[in-house]
Amino acid sequence: MSIQTIEDTKVKAFPAKPAEVIAFTAKARRRFDPLAIAGKLASALVPPIIVIALMLVVWQIACSSPTSSLPPPTQVWNEAYDLIAHPFFDNGPQDIGLAWRVLISLQRVAIGFGLAAVVGVALGALVGQSIWAMRGLDPVFQILRTVPPLAWLPLSLAAFRDSSPSAIFVIFITSIWPIIINTAVGVRNIPEDYRNVSRILRLNQFEFFVKIMVPAAAPYIFTGLRIGIGLSWLAIVAAEMLTGGVGIGFFIWDAWNSSRLPDIIVALAYIGVTGFCLDRLVAAVGAFVTRGTTAK
Amino acid sequence: MTAYLKLDHIDKSFTRGAQVSEVLKDIRLTIDKGEFVSIIGHSGCGKSTLLNLIAGLTKVSAGAVLLEDKEVDSPGPERAVVFQNHSLLPWLTVYENINLAVSKVFGRSKSKAERHDWIMRNLDLVQMAHAKDKRPAEISGGMKQRVGIARALAMEPKILLLDEPFGALDALTRAHLQDAVMDIHSRLGSTTIMITHDVDEAVLLSDRIVMMTNGPAATIGEVLPVPLARPRRRVELSSDRTFLRCREAVLKFLYERHRFVEAAE
Repeated sequence: MSIQTIEDTKVKAFPAKPAEVIAFTAKARRRFDPLAIAGKLASALVPPIIVIALMLVVWQIACSSPTSSLPPPTQVWNEAYDLIAHPFFDNGPQDIGLAWRVLISLQRVAIGFGLAAVVGVALGALVGQSIWAMRGLDPVFQILRTVPPLAWLPLSLAAFRDSSPSAIFVIFITSIWPIIINTAVGVRNIPEDYRNVSRILRLNQFEFFVKIMVPAAAPYIFTGLRIGIGLSWLAIVAAEMLTGGVGIGFFIWDAWNSSRLPDIIVALAYIGVTGFCLDRLVAAVGAFVTRGTTAK
Repeated sequence: MTAYLKLDHIDKSFTRGAQVSEVLKDIRLTIDKGEFVSIIGHSGCGKSTLLNLIAGLTKVSAGAVLLEDKEVDSPGPERAVVFQNHSLLPWLTVYENINLAVSKVFGRSKSKAERHDWIMRNLDLVQMAHAKDKRPAEISGGMKQRVGIARALAMEPKILLLDEPFGALDALTRAHLQDAVMDIHSRLGSTTIMITHDVDEAVLLSDRIVMMTNGPAATIGEVLPVPLARPRRRVELSSDRTFLRCREAVLKFLYERHRFVEAAE
């Protein structure tokens, strides 16, 4: 038992005004330093450029022989130059630039993934909140989430009788599971104290959902969304190969059927870059929305 | 005159499967309006459970909590709790944390401008107005606890419940906050119940000290009135006869008559 608390002299309480911040000198304050920025850029860009260049060289050497079954980079560049240089050309219904095709696929992903995000967060909240909903629904989710995306396609084609909604349904059903499961974990991990605060304030179910549950579970929710968007991009390409239409997936299938291998390689690069951008986009939104939440 | 808050023969037991553990037994206590009461006891004696019962966060097994002759059976803003670990929402600023409470409690009865003034007045009361736009992660532990107190006060509670509010703070910060709480209590006359395990803190702040026996089936062992005039100053009290006598009485209760035996040690 300490007695130091009563021996303390009475110290003045916190000052009403915080101490003045002393500005740095002009030299330290100068933000724009071209040399430093160039150095940073170089250290970020040079290593991947070297690696990519090396890969291209190896690829060129490996595929140079006349008997090679795959085209070397130079052949890709020559034969698919139109696709690389003009992503936005439009010569009629089936002859459009790759950027247009990617955008069409992205539109499908946006609809399917958007629906999955809304339904997934709502279902995840339910499963995280209610022990009975969890007992009932969790086994079902755990089984359904292992079904490969394309296995849903015949069923959804039968149900929707049209390729575009079927592709969107495949996106939805692929990306919803990680969103549900991560949201549920996030909701289950909301500290008891936050629940007590909401009980003392008598927040109703809706207020609790908006003001406590979603912000508290936001880091988990965004983990689910990030996994979900990755899966939907994987699924759309595969689904479009089978359903046809104008997306990037169908373009690959079409190129294969007409033996245009260089076109396929260019399309793969487009898909990879787009998927990367999607992932970073969701991660950035998540980092912005959850700023402060993770800090205790 | 009927009591402001009445704890009427309260029992509390937790059931896990077939196993029933009795935590509190036959708690009887009445508290007057404006009184500052501390509840002290060794850890595990159920004092936090008792506070949760008064807050309505847990339900009594038998007996009743009566506030102004009305039974308490659910939590509500008229019994505001200051939690040991502050429980501020980390994604809201200090201002927004208090605003959450104020707009819920006074959303209908006060205009937007009145609510803003009310928030600022409570922040001023705990001397935290300067940090209103900071997030909890950006302020110190003592400051967080001040904001927690401001949030509770902003609900204009009938009873303020403090659950070991200074337990996680260093001694110096704790002394600051004790002074702040004494000051607020003398200005607002708020009825306050505080859980603590610090004898000096209990004697310094309280009108009465409720001493709990050890669990299981803990109950109130003794209630000690602290007949010290207010305002109280900690430096003068350190040699005050009455203060020392009260302190000795609590120490004797805790360490001689109800010595804590930790089974795990």
